[in-house]
Amino acid sequence: MKKLTPSRKRLINNSITYGMVIAAFVIIQIMKAGGMLSSSLQGLLVPICAYVTMAIALNLVVGISGELSLGHAGFMSVGAFSGMVFNIAMQSAIPVAPLRLLCAMLVGAVFAGIAGVIVGVPVLRLRGDYLAIVTLAFGEIIKNIINILYIGVDENGLHFSTQNEAALGLAEGGKAILKGPLGVTTNVKLSTFTAGFILVLVAITVVLNLVNSRTGRAVMALRDNRIAAESVGIGATKYKLIAFVTSAVLAGAAGALYAMNYSSVAAKQFDFNASILILVFVVLGGLGNIRGSIIAAALLYVLPELLRDFYDFRMLIYAIVLILVMLATNNPTFKQFFGGLFARLGRGSRKGGAQE
Amino acid sequence: MSLLNNLINGISLGSVYAIIALGYTMVYGIAKMLNFAHGDVIMVGAYICFFATGQFGLPPVVGVILAMVVCTVLGVVIERLAYKPLRQAPSLAVLITAIGVSYFLQNSALLLWKSDPKSFTSVVGKGSFKLFDGQLTITHVALVTVVACIVIMLALTWFTGNTKMGKAMRACSEDKGAALLMGIDVNRTISMTFAIGSALAAIAGALYCSTYPTLMPTTGSLPGIKAFTAAVFGGIGSIPGAMLGGILLGVIEIFAKAFNTQISDAVVFAVLIIVLLVKPAGLLGKTVREKV
Amino acid sequence: MKKMRVLSLAMAAAMSLSLLAGCGGGTSSEPSTNPDSGSGSSTGADVITIGGIGPLTGSAAVYGLATKQGAEIAIEEINALGGLQFALDSQDDEGATEKAVNAYGKLKDNGAKIIYGCTTTNPCVAVAAETYNDRYFQLTPSASSTDVTAGKDNVFQVCFTDPNQGKTAADYIKENNLGTKIAVIYNNGDAYSTGIYTAFQAEADEIGLEVVAVQTFPDDTNADFTVQLTAAKDAGADLVFMPIYYTPASLILNQAKTMGYEPTFFGCDGMDGILDLEGFDTSLAEGLMLMTPFNAWGEDERTVKFVEEYQEAYGGIPNQFAADGYDCIYAIYEACEKAGITADMSAQDICEKLIATFTDSSFSVDGLTGTGMTWGTNGEVSKAPVVVKVEGGVYVTQ
Repeated sequence: MKKLTPSRKRLINNSITYGMVIAAFVIIQIMKAGGMLSSSLQGLLVPICAYVTMAIALNLVVGISGELSLGHAGFMSVGAFSGMVFNIAMQSAIPVAPLRLLCAMLVGAVFAGIAGVIVGVPVLRLRGDYLAIVTLAFGEIIKNIINILYIGVDENGLHFSTQNEAALGLAEGGKAILKGPLGVTTNVKLSTFTAGFILVLVAITVVLNLVNSRTGRAVMALRDNRIAAESVGIGATKYKLIAFVTSAVLAGAAGALYAMNYSSVAAKQFDFNASILILVFVVLGGLGNIRGSIIAAALLYVLPELLRDFYDFRMLIYAIVLILVMLATNNPTFKQFFGGLFARLGRGSRKGGAQE
Repeated sequence: MSLLNNLINGISLGSVYAIIALGYTMVYGIAKMLNFAHGDVIMVGAYICFFATGQFGLPPVVGVILAMVVCTVLGVVIERLAYKPLRQAPSLAVLITAIGVSYFLQNSALLLWKSDPKSFTSVVGKGSFKLFDGQLTITHVALVTVVACIVIMLALTWFTGNTKMGKAMRACSEDKGAALLMGIDVNRTISMTFAIGSALAAIAGALYCSTYPTLMPTTGSLPGIKAFTAAVFGGIGSIPGAMLGGILLGVIEIFAKAFNTQISDAVVFAVLIIVLLVKPAGLLGKTVREKV
Repeated sequence: MKKMRVLSLAMAAAMSLSLLAGCGGGTSSEPSTNPDSGSGSSTGADVITIGGIGPLTGSAAVYGLATKQGAEIAIEEINALGGLQFALDSQDDEGATEKAVNAYGKLKDNGAKIIYGCTTTNPCVAVAAETYNDRYFQLTPSASSTDVTAGKDNVFQVCFTDPNQGKTAADYIKENNLGTKIAVIYNNGDAYSTGIYTAFQAEADEIGLEVVAVQTFPDDTNADFTVQLTAAKDAGADLVFMPIYYTPASLILNQAKTMGYEPTFFGCDGMDGILDLEGFDTSLAEGLMLMTPFNAWGEDERTVKFVEEYQEAYGGIPNQFAADGYDCIYAIYEACEKAGITADMSAQDICEKLIATFTDSSFSVDGLTGTGMTWGTNGEVSKAPVVVKVEGGVYVTQ
């Protein structure tokens, strides 16, 4: 095999990632047109896109920046709720659905980005598991706050309250959008698979470009050896914050896309378990491996749905699959076995790496 | 007076968190992994105790001991099957495996013991002491929980400080490689840690459900997360830290509820964030200086 | 490490292959082979599949299973009559919105013609929007928010709506002079609980019922209630209104007893089931009053028969969730009979016919949870509320 230069290899690698996503989109569109797609699978397309974007976003923090975040569902929920409020409030102002969806996703991204800055500045001073627990704490706080928030809209604009619907003091013809624990129940569905596909492409472009830029190299240098990186003048807080906020922005857009797929969304959906679910996608796909995240998110989201025929046992099977896959990919004995297999197949598996 | 009542309730709740957090902290200190399945071992312990005392009419003490035995075995088996093969793997891989084990335990419990909640019969009885003309109530459960927590904390401190096994545990938590060179069986030591942590989880399960007697397959997850928070709060890896963190967390939670129930969890977590920002390694955690 | 990445990708690829194989099977609309539905006795073209959605796993599983089991008993009875034949295909939604919508997609693939569910409110609102677009008839046993039916002509409820319950409870307490100072403890993380409380408070203000303390607890920390009880006690409340589910309620009763606080406790239909809580000391619930449409200790023939069958099949005493589920299936059955529905009709045709039948003023159903139930065009049921009091470990109708 000819030696490839690193930049060329990267180009090929990135092209495979884009190609894979585009091919998946085209195949699914063809199947859809041919009526070969079951309605349960069709219903899964938008959430898959949202979760794929979430996984890419979280991989930026966990894999590339090397900080464990257990509260990413919080950013998703900020994006979801700000997007939905925008969607309902602007329903008459922007009648074109795709345009409104785009704007809602932008609004969701901006608000999640703001939340990302607010969370990131204090959090990134911490390290390791302490950082993880603080992100978990922020995720829970975000959930808690949205759970007591009431937002309504009338001709005078938006009204906020933390009491109840009546305290909003809406004028005649106004309507409550966010109703505390009930969440949003009158959302107008806008999301389409095409929008989800575009969001995934945007997320891939953003993250891959970031990784291959000067900033990205600084972020990875900080991950691999913080002290060495700082000693050559790389500011840890600045670069880690860039990665964290970029991730929050993408998560916010994904949250908005996700929310626009349902007419009812409540804050309690975005809990600790949701954050963990996304983390599972990232770890299973391989830390720092964007393509892996995409595949793992899509497959693992579909898996429990396909197991529906196993009825009572489906979540049990899901748990066992999870454990077995982790064992198979991380146990030295298994790894040697598969590694040898790959070497023989001619796909040069380089020994060792900088990553831990 | 309600202040004092709240304080007592807080200490009682905090003691349960503390017992669970002790298990978390020991496992973390030695295996360097967040065992998210710990909360579900609590649930299993509570179920065993419930069936032993309720269905088979065994005395509560026997029920608790039986639960401890079952949980110890369960903990060791989980360690052997799921965590041991991953000793060299990145810590996140172990974390995900632990989450898988947690799902597994919850869904097995759902199949085995059904979803309908059980009302746990207190292992201590329902009595209470009434002071100041009944204005101040201290339940027997609260008293036993606090005493159990202190006894366990002291016993563990003694154990890790004075016994051979305890010293081996400390050696492993400092440096596994060096411990191995000194002839310590690291695998056995880690198994032992899981055994102790799981036995503690069984006690915590029985006491937690004695105070808040609803038992369902998801019972363990919330105290699990709270205890994890408590362990980090006190400085993860530190035994007195876990105890302090647990009790403080319980007290803060109860007072936050008295102040405003709607955002009590947000208050608890906000306090946690502030503490960690001031003391980044927890209240009693050691700040490890990085070598260049 | 590089190797690990390659490896995990390989694993993922292997999984994807096996999954795609699974997909192929899933797309063909094979008849549902549901091992536990207990109603697959008669298979064939003349069976109408009812698609059930509810939480069968997760923390809300107990409610989803109750509605499923109640419905299964009704289906078995109806199929034994020999006329219209039904099959129930129950799908799990874990109590989560997105899973409920996924479950609905699966049911469409499985050939369900009528949607029965969801058990919980938020998922139900989401699925209702889908069924409205697809024109599937939907009847929910227990999702009680008005948002479930608002603006959707195809969605009907068998349970009381939340505002209706809150208002009725306030009126009942006032009329019967059950208490002068009222405390409320409700779950402000739950739509059901919040919905009832809001209506209760509004009605209480209207009719001059004094609410002295309002205490809440968040959805996922229903463990410690001493704070709320202390507040109620300090405010001197002699009646505590608890529009909550029975699991937290059992804790409240327990802790109130320990504190030595003994007001009248008044609950809503979510409280039903408290006496069947395994290990629960029923003496704690003595004197508890609740508004429930179903009394498992009722002496009419159908209730006795239902309770008997339920105990035989699943053990335990059925609660109102199971009874609502049972009534749902009978309502669907009677409407199908009346409208002349056959199994070969499309879901959309069935939907239009059933809507017309349900809103027809001459259509009424006698069930376990009420006699002469009728439905308005807004999808809400009208039936008489019943208040029961726990005496000697059983319900006594007031």
